[in-house]
Amino acid sequence: ICFLQVIWDIIGNKQFCSFKVKTKSQNFCRNEYSITGVCNRSSCPLANSQYATIREEKGQCFLYMKEIERAAFPARMWEKVRKLSKNYEKALEQIDENLIYWPRFLRHKCKQRFTKITQYLIRMRKLVLKRQRKLVPLSRKVESREKRKEEKALIAAQLDNAIEKELLERLKQGTYGDIYNFPVYAFDKALEQQDAESESDAEEEEEEDDEDVGQREFVAEDEVEESDLSDFEDMNKLKTSSDEEEQDESSEEEEEEEVQASRSKGKSPANGSLVRKKRAYVEIEYEQETESASRRRTT
Amino acid sequence: LKSKAPMKDLKMEEESSGVEKLEPGTTFPPTFSVSEIKNKQRRHQMFMKLKQEKRKQKMQLKKKRRKEREALGDKAPPKEVPKTIENQRVFDETTVDPEDEEIAFDEGTDEFSAYFNGLTNPKVLITTSDRPRGRVVKFCEQLATVIPNAHVYYRRGLALKRIIPQCIARDFTYLIVINQDRQTPNGLVLCHLPDGPTAHFKVSSVRLQKELKRRGKAPTEHSPEVILNNFSTRLGHTIGRLFAALFPQNPQFVGRQVATFHNQRDFIFFRFHRYIFKNEKKVGIQELGPRFTLKLRSLQKGTFDSKYGEFEWVLKRHEMDACRRKFQL
Repeated sequence: ICFLQVIWDIIGNKQFCSFKVKTKSQNFCRNEYSITGVCNRSSCPLANSQYATIREEKGQCFLYMKEIERAAFPARMWEKVRKLSKNYEKALEQIDENLIYWPRFLRHKCKQRFTKITQYLIRMRKLVLKRQRKLVPLSRKVESREKRKEEKALIAAQLDNAIEKELLERLKQGTYGDIYNFPVYAFDKALEQQDAESESDAEEEEEEDDEDVGQREFVAEDEVEESDLSDFEDMNKLKTSSDEEEQDESSEEEEEEEVQASRSKGKSPANGSLVRKKRAYVEIEYEQETESASRRRTT
Repeated sequence: LKSKAPMKDLKMEEESSGVEKLEPGTTFPPTFSVSEIKNKQRRHQMFMKLKQEKRKQKMQLKKKRRKEREALGDKAPPKEVPKTIENQRVFDETTVDPEDEEIAFDEGTDEFSAYFNGLTNPKVLITTSDRPRGRVVKFCEQLATVIPNAHVYYRRGLALKRIIPQCIARDFTYLIVINQDRQTPNGLVLCHLPDGPTAHFKVSSVRLQKELKRRGKAPTEHSPEVILNNFSTRLGHTIGRLFAALFPQNPQFVGRQVATFHNQRDFIFFRFHRYIFKNEKKVGIQELGPRFTLKLRSLQKGTFDSKYGEFEWVLKRHEMDACRRKFQL
């Protein structure tokens, strides 16, 4: 036993111990069989001939015991005892019966260590059930590539223009209903700009809105009578609808819808036949206009 | 040495001034390239010369073409359209035809049909990952002002899988989780609640309301209109509907607010504007509200379940980013 004292003399304070980790306040022992992690005379596995530890592997705890008789055989020095019971108290009893007649210090420390180990095993099992955070590594190259792509896409998108276009489209299609004053005025003005001869356009503009009183710039032609004016109004609606739909077949339905919904003079149902006749006439006239309108939109 | 130095200077001057004079006299061997000259200054000069020549030729060609075009007048061939990535896009077979019946039927019976038939009103829960910091909190608040009927709740370490049943019990239709990385939002999980699809996005370039230039006042409580641009493929359609169902069905035009989700090359740009029609051909828009860009990372069939969920679409970088002209949305 005095050789153990010699060992401790050497590795304890005076010379080098490869398992010792020195910090400002304390020395730690990194030996895997150490029962407390602290470098002490009583808890150094090298300097004690009778020693016991608890170690765990993959969730199971084992009791390792070192005895003097086997000090000469390093390969067989540590005896491994498996703790069969998952039950905490039974395991403690097993430790007790294995370490019977051993010094109190070792028994106590073994039980303490076992307690700690079971506690952290329980915590590990609980954590697995809870939410686990997965760290996803970012690759710098990929990130910078994506950033540049995004910038280019942003430039290509021309967001403001797209949004404005979409809003104007919706205005034209009438999703806003009667909120705004100028839905049909738009078309009239546009067509007017194209065709210099369209007097009827000007007349329709005037008759359209009661609220557009101040905007009347064009004087009505003298030859046109009031009944004709209302017809022209309907035809204007037809024309605009045909512009929107770009199909002449649906203009009939449009005509009915708008007739019902419009704030027109109410003469239209009665003048159904008249309108149809006039409509035939009008279509011939305005064929070019629809074409040009569509062309305008595509360019 | 002294003699050589002035010689060199002379030569240089000759080069720079009499550039054209050198040309007809010298003939270079056919395999000569400018990069083989060892002297840096001379190399540079030769290269600049080369560039000038090329530019001149290009200008001449352009002028010629323009003259031809003017000469032909109406009969001139139409102007060539420059190639853009959008033009050259690889045709995606899942592009949706507007008249496709199968898709119309699918959309009539999918998870959003309840919304689009007007049965449910959207109610959105916005939350973050644990311990939101800095911009994420502000971002959440601003999102909540933009999306009507949205509530922000703090996460406090709750598991998503437990939140979801509670949300369903309280009639929420949407769950938004904003992920953060160093105090800025970088991920967004959008989960449609009663058994809906879950989409996971990467969020980038977030600008909060304060950081916008020429900003309008705060967004009001009116429900905004929604604009969805360029969602052309089947996947894009699903995502588009996902966004559309965030907002109430009937927008209040009085509010004059519009939320835009614009898809360009697989990046979805979100903007929130207030518009005003100046006249029938011009509309003015003013940006309120936060702006951010999203990139879809994965789309999952059921509600949020990263381990056992059935993924409808996952971003596989090696396959999908290989071709510059191929896009998914």
